[in-house]
Amino acid sequence: MTVTLLLFASYADALGASSLDMELPGEATVGDVLFAVRAHPGAERLPPSPMVAVNQRYASLDSVVRDGDEVALIPPVAGG
Amino acid sequence: MTPLASLVRTPIDPLEMIHCVSNPANGAVLIFLGAVRQVNEGRAVTGIDYAAYEAMALRELEAIVAEGAAKFETNDVAVRHRLGELGVEEVSVAIAVGHPHRDAAYALSRWVIEELKRRVPIWKREHYADGTREWVDPTGRASAGAPS
Repeated sequence: MTVTLLLFASYADALGASSLDMELPGEATVGDVLFAVRAHPGAERLPPSPMVAVNQRYASLDSVVRDGDEVALIPPVAGG
Repeated sequence: MTPLASLVRTPIDPLEMIHCVSNPANGAVLIFLGAVRQVNEGRAVTGIDYAAYEAMALRELEAIVAEGAAKFETNDVAVRHRLGELGVEEVSVAIAVGHPHRDAAYALSRWVIEELKRRVPIWKREHYADGTREWVDPTGRASAGAPS
């Protein structure tokens, strides 16, 4: 299955992309997505456990990810 | 009708925000404006780029408006955040609240800005007087953008 990974701000700078299409085995979690991201150049500049959103809602490491989901890595927020 | 939660790329008009929360029942109407400050942590700031995960940021702003309205028993809550490049003194965020009583109005206004800073996916990159630019990390951890 394929999920779209969105990257923002310092994380987009670190990986040199604002989105990546990721191929994952059928049953996957947010943790699996994070593990797969680690293979990308620049991923060593991500923190050990970044915040993640799935389909625009905050999610935990064990949240299930489905084909076509929008997964986002959320750097520390700084609005205001 | 003006939406109660919004992201904009043009200057924020405080009067328009106040009109969103005006109501004959309200004895207190407050507006909070967040502005770009010329110094942050000792460094001279010349401007800020605001970026967002727009769909999620709007969803979170809408949730904050709904939760704040329920928690403080008023329908008159509006929040607007500006995105893009802002100069010093420009308004980045406005929160307008109306309530029958001032104690609740102040508490609600404060609650909205703290929730916004805690959970809305918006980021800022400060421009410094020496020409450098950095994403701000309020948690104080080393920035992912910093050289390793």
